[in-house]
Amino acid sequence: MSSFDPRRVRIDTPVFSRVINDRPIVYLDSASSTLPPRPVIEAMDRYYSGHHANVHRGVYQTANEATDIYEGARRDVGHFIGAPDPRHEIVFTKNTTESFNLLARSWGAATLRPGDVVLVTEMEHHANIVPWFQLQAERGIEVRFVPVRDDFRLDLTDLDRLLAGVKLFSFTAMSNVLGTRNPVAELVAAAHAHGALAAVDAAQSVGHQPTDVGAWDADFVCFSAHKMLGPTGLGIFWARADLLEAMPPFLGGGGMIADVRTDGFVPAHGPTRFEAGTPPIAEAAGLRAAVRYLTGLGLDEVSRYEHELTELALELLASGVGDRVRVIGPADAVDRGGVFSLDVEGVHPHDVAQVLDQFGVCVRPGHHCAKPLMRRFGLAATARASLGPYSLRSDLDVLVEALLAAIKLFG
Amino acid sequence: MANLDDLYREIILDHYRSPRNRGELVEATSRTEGFNPLCGDELVIYLIVRDGVLEDIKLTGHGCSISQASSSMMSSAVKGKRLEDVRHVIDRFKTMMTLHDDGTADAPAPEPDLRSDGELAALAGVVKFPVRIKCATLAWNTLAQALDEATA
Repeated sequence: MSSFDPRRVRIDTPVFSRVINDRPIVYLDSASSTLPPRPVIEAMDRYYSGHHANVHRGVYQTANEATDIYEGARRDVGHFIGAPDPRHEIVFTKNTTESFNLLARSWGAATLRPGDVVLVTEMEHHANIVPWFQLQAERGIEVRFVPVRDDFRLDLTDLDRLLAGVKLFSFTAMSNVLGTRNPVAELVAAAHAHGALAAVDAAQSVGHQPTDVGAWDADFVCFSAHKMLGPTGLGIFWARADLLEAMPPFLGGGGMIADVRTDGFVPAHGPTRFEAGTPPIAEAAGLRAAVRYLTGLGLDEVSRYEHELTELALELLASGVGDRVRVIGPADAVDRGGVFSLDVEGVHPHDVAQVLDQFGVCVRPGHHCAKPLMRRFGLAATARASLGPYSLRSDLDVLVEALLAAIKLFG
Repeated sequence: MANLDDLYREIILDHYRSPRNRGELVEATSRTEGFNPLCGDELVIYLIVRDGVLEDIKLTGHGCSISQASSSMMSSAVKGKRLEDVRHVIDRFKTMMTLHDDGTADAPAPEPDLRSDGELAALAGVVKFPVRIKCATLAWNTLAQALDEATA
């Protein structure tokens, strides 16, 4: 294992002091939400204790401090993903889902005409499918899917044909079900070669590997604070500054205007145009602390460590639990993150998760908001275990022990 | 702490492994679908209702052990019964699965004349696992809907 020490992260993360069913918590649900370390919680606490005021309004001291914290988060998260000009490129939303809705409702509704095509993939989260179907119903656009191969990777053999007539190629950097990491820069380049823009769902990747929107050459990127050790209630939408400037507002109200009269309004310039109403300020303070914390760990180190743990997990799941557990995802750790969707022969995912809970093991049963992908593999649900920078080998050992117990119980 | 044995009683696992009344009914007088969108459980109930009697019932679909066992036990408990008796069993089962605001549940009332009463009581432990109640009730809600449609 590398020099990175996950035990340090564990000590920093209060939830790990929890005992579940008389056993220490084994948190293997980071793909749903990561656990915040103490600095993130304290940053939000400090904000409410010492600085709370509404942003962008007051002239008094604490109001300025609150604004500095909020805008500081915009700057820091921008730098974290390699954004050249965060002040004009980062919009704070509620979550990744809202970021995609912003993309569809603002850029999509202003740009797409009947017959225009949005290309997504079969391995997308519903957040990157449903908003496009909504536009399909309302505006007659076409939604097209890149298929997934039997080895759980994108089938790119027909990509050039699929990209014909496409205005936007919107795809995930890493599948929340399969763990598959897609060749983002290559896919963006293919989109651009066909005159299409490219949007990337970075929700699953941003907390686990370095992100550089410039190296990707992407046009839009969506992700969530709570999947990168930050708080819930805060999503990030990054767009190239020229694209963002041309996008019309999506939600109307306070904070997003330059002027309002009795005969109309003029929207503000820049990202605040998309941030109507009082924004999640404390959450921005938490995100800022999460960015600092992750930067301190080093995303290269986190990525290397999780890769080693992923190799180990795949090995254990292939050999340690007999032949009744199938991993629905790439069998080798190449271009793959620490997400393991399990199909246990003869035991329903819901029952798997229930038995695992008795061992303090937290996994997520269900379709993971990716029903087209589940259908592609003839599954209604899986039990999904996923890693974070605080995951340990011992977590995997308990997972295996609990899986064996589930298999035994159901015979 | 709720014990796993309260949930996965042997009789429940038996119904899960060997579900009763599985399959389709070609001559069904009604066909009703039930879904649990959160877990992806799906169920189809086929009924033959004649002269106020539920003459036959068959089920298809997929789901977790609790939903599958509950539907299997339900089919055994209601097959061949008069409709008013079927509705009575449904009401009793749903009462058993009701969690009060204070977190307590009603114990199942003993009713020795119900052939499968003992089996159904095995599902009483489900209320100790509140997120699983919807697994146990899917079949019963779907059957209630099927009866409403059959007698409309």
